[in-house]
Amino acid sequence: MKVTKYVITSSESDILPSDIAMKIYGSKYDVSVKETCFGVMVNGEEEVVNALVKDIRALDPAGIFIKDRGFPPGDPRRCRGHRGGGARPGFYMIESESKMLPMISRALASSGEVFPIPEKKKKPLLPSRLEEIVKEGLS
Amino acid sequence: MSKVIVYPPTSMILSDLVERMGHKALVVPERVRELVTANDVQSPPLNVTPEEPKKGLRYAAVDVPSGVRGRMALIGPLIEEAEAAIIVEDPGWLTGCAGCSRTNELVRLLIRTKGIPVLDLSYPTDDAQAKLFVHKIKAFLGGLK
Repeated sequence: MKVTKYVITSSESDILPSDIAMKIYGSKYDVSVKETCFGVMVNGEEEVVNALVKDIRALDPAGIFIKDRGFPPGDPRRCRGHRGGGARPGFYMIESESKMLPMISRALASSGEVFPIPEKKKKPLLPSRLEEIVKEGLS
Repeated sequence: MSKVIVYPPTSMILSDLVERMGHKALVVPERVRELVTANDVQSPPLNVTPEEPKKGLRYAAVDVPSGVRGRMALIGPLIEEAEAAIIVEDPGWLTGCAGCSRTNELVRLLIRTKGIPVLDLSYPTDDAQAKLFVHKIKAFLGGLK
């Protein structure tokens, strides 16, 4: 069965989408690839794509992320070239999560000790402060 | 290797971390792929037939909006298959398949009532939180068979 996967790079990674695309062009794998602003889309037989993304991840294990995609690249049902422009719905999720990728990459790369973060507890409102708010509101 | 459902079910970060740790992430794009790349497209363009909302009836009543039942037709079977779950608190910007608040409530409820191990997290906002986020996921997935 043919599958499509996104290979997404963290904005702090030294690897560019074009580097990944060039690596795939020069590889032995029989897949189709489409370069995007945030990474590449790879389409091909499941075993081939899985082996390929494993190789690509090795370029920067902490900075390259893999995601499944339902539609093949350039599918007229999703491709904006056929729909009159606008990003596809899934792009917004990728865009939002991409902003966190540098943090996640640094966390994956670090092997240091993890200290628990104390939870901030909300203090109850003091009656005196409540009285002040009521007076301010009524004056 | 365990089958781990992630919430949001379209999350790149969560599905990637699960796959990195050697488990199988249960995500919506797989279900979408089965529909849209099937050899016999019975209901173009997306191959969503009247059967999909009927599948959703297993999880939500008939008077529930069809959008919820349609989404549950995709996500419901994933919940049934799941052996563990990672739930990240609603970040406020879920879109597409994960963009329906009522479906999201139902998904979280069904996961919690299934009785599988569940890890609750929220998205990190700084490096310390990100470290803890990754550490908790690693520890949780490491504890699964």
